[in-house]
Amino acid sequence: MTVTSPRSHGLPKTLIACMAFVSGFCIMTIEMLGARILSPYFGGSLSVWGSIITIFMLALSVGYLIGGRLSTRHPSARTYAVFFILAALFSLPLILLADAIMEPIFLTIVDPRYGSLVASVLLFFIPTAILGMISPYSVRLMVDSSEHSGHMAGVLFFVSTIGSAIGTLGTSFYFVLWFEVNQILWGAIVALLLAGAIVLVADQIVSTRTSSKHYDKQARKRPS
Amino acid sequence: MINKRVNVLPEFLLLLSLLLAWPAQAEVIHEEKSKYRDITVTEERGRRCLLFNVHRGDRNQTCMYVNDPDRLVFDYTQMSFAGLLLKPDPQSILVIGLGGGSIPMVFSQLYPEARIDVVEVDEAVVRVAEEFFDFAETDNMRAIVEDGRPFIKRAGLRGIKYDYIVLDAFSGDYIPEHMLTREFLEEVKAIMTEDSVLVANTFSTSRLYDHESVTYQRVFNEFYNFKLPTSGNRIIITQLQPLPPRGRLVTEAGRLADELRKFGVPLQDYPRRLSTRVDWDMSRRVLTDQYSPGNLLQAN
Repeated sequence: MTVTSPRSHGLPKTLIACMAFVSGFCIMTIEMLGARILSPYFGGSLSVWGSIITIFMLALSVGYLIGGRLSTRHPSARTYAVFFILAALFSLPLILLADAIMEPIFLTIVDPRYGSLVASVLLFFIPTAILGMISPYSVRLMVDSSEHSGHMAGVLFFVSTIGSAIGTLGTSFYFVLWFEVNQILWGAIVALLLAGAIVLVADQIVSTRTSSKHYDKQARKRPS
Repeated sequence: MINKRVNVLPEFLLLLSLLLAWPAQAEVIHEEKSKYRDITVTEERGRRCLLFNVHRGDRNQTCMYVNDPDRLVFDYTQMSFAGLLLKPDPQSILVIGLGGGSIPMVFSQLYPEARIDVVEVDEAVVRVAEEFFDFAETDNMRAIVEDGRPFIKRAGLRGIKYDYIVLDAFSGDYIPEHMLTREFLEEVKAIMTEDSVLVANTFSTSRLYDHESVTYQRVFNEFYNFKLPTSGNRIIITQLQPLPPRGRLVTEAGRLADELRKFGVPLQDYPRRLSTRVDWDMSRRVLTDQYSPGNLLQAN
C-alpha cells in the first residue's frame, strides 16, 4: 500500500540535492570561521570551540524542527527559496556587526566561556537555525511517496553532509590561506543568495511549463 | 586482496616498535592528557624535561637541571632575558605561556619586589610546573589560567601597564594564530609604557617568519631580531620608543652580567647579536584578525 503525495511544485530532484549541498557547505564554512571571529575577544581555548559547536547544534536542531513543521502545509519552492535568502541576510551581522556585538559582551562577562557562549548565540543562532530548516524541507520537496521517503532523506543527508565535509576542509585548509575571514563570509552569503535565486527561477520555469502543458491539453481537448 | 593486507604487516610492526622504542632513552616520570595536549615529563641524567605531544615528535618544551634548578637549560629561555638590556629594572612583568615556569621563576628571584603575572591557558601545565619544576606562586607572582589574548585586552581596558612582557605561548607544533595579528599587537601596545619592553618568542619558521616580521614592523616600526648561531629560533625584542644606541646595550650588559650568570644567561654575548637588519621578504602580507593562517604558513 503506497500513499502518494504528488510533488505539486515539481522542482527537479537534482536541483534540490544541489541546494542541500550548498546549505551543508555554508553551515560548516561559517562554523569553522566562528573560532576566528570569536578569538580576538574570547581567545582560542577549547571552551570557545565548545560554545560554537553547542550553539550550532542547538540552532540546527531547532531549525530541523521548524523546517519540518513548515513543510507539512503547502510546501512550496517559494518558501524554500526564502530560507536561503533569509539565511544570507541573517549572516550579514557576522560581517557588519561582529565587533559591536562582541565588545559589550566582553566588557560585561569576564569568564570567556560564558562570553563566547553568549556571543555565539547572538551571532550564529538565527542564521544556523534557518539553514537547518532547509534539510527537512528539502526532504519534503523531494519525496513523491511515503515509500521512497526514507530513500530520499538518505540521499539528502548524504549530499548535505558531503557539502559540510567539503565546506570544513575547504575553509580550514585553503580559504583562510587565500582570503580574509570577511571575504569568505561574503562568499557564503552570495552562494546562499544565488541558491535562493536559482530556486525561484527554476520554480518559474517549471510552473510555466506545467501550465503550458495544461493549456495544450485543454487546447487539444476542445476540438474533440 | 588478502595477500596484500598481510604484506603490510611487517612495516606496521616496524613502525610500532620504533614508536615504542623512541622514548626509552629517558625515563618517563609523569604522563597526562590535558584539554590541549599530551604532557610528558621525562628525566635523564639529572635533566628533567617537559614535553608536549611526544608521539608527534615534538621537541622539549622546557628542561631543568634537578640539582641546579636556577640554571636555564635552553638558549631561548636565556634569550628571553635580553630585554633587560632595554628595561633593566622591571617592576611589573607579564609572561604569556608558563611551560615549566623557568622564565617567571628567574624573574621572581631577580626581582622579588616586582609584580609578576603568568598567564597559561592549560591548567594542567600549571599543575605539572608546580609538581615537577619547582614553580610556586608567591605574594607577588601569580599564575592565571586564561587565554593570553582576552587577558591582555582586558588589562588594556583597565589601564594596567607592564614594564616587561614576554610572549612565550608558542611551541613548535602549534601556533595560537590570534596572538600573531596586528590587532593583538596593538592590544599589547596598550599595556606598555614608553619604556616597557616586549620580548616575543614565537618559533616562527618558513613563510610565517616573513609574515610575522612584516606584522611586527608595521606595529612597532623597528625591532631587534635576536638570533644565536646555536639556536634555531629568533626572539623579537621591541619597545614603543626608538631602540637605544648599541653602546647603551653594552653598558647595561656589563652592569647586569654578574647577576644573570647564576642563571646561565650569557648577557654580555647578546648586544652584538641584536640586529635590526631586514632579513625577511617585506612584500608579505601583514597578519590581521581577518587573515592569520599561521599554522598553514608554518607548514608550507
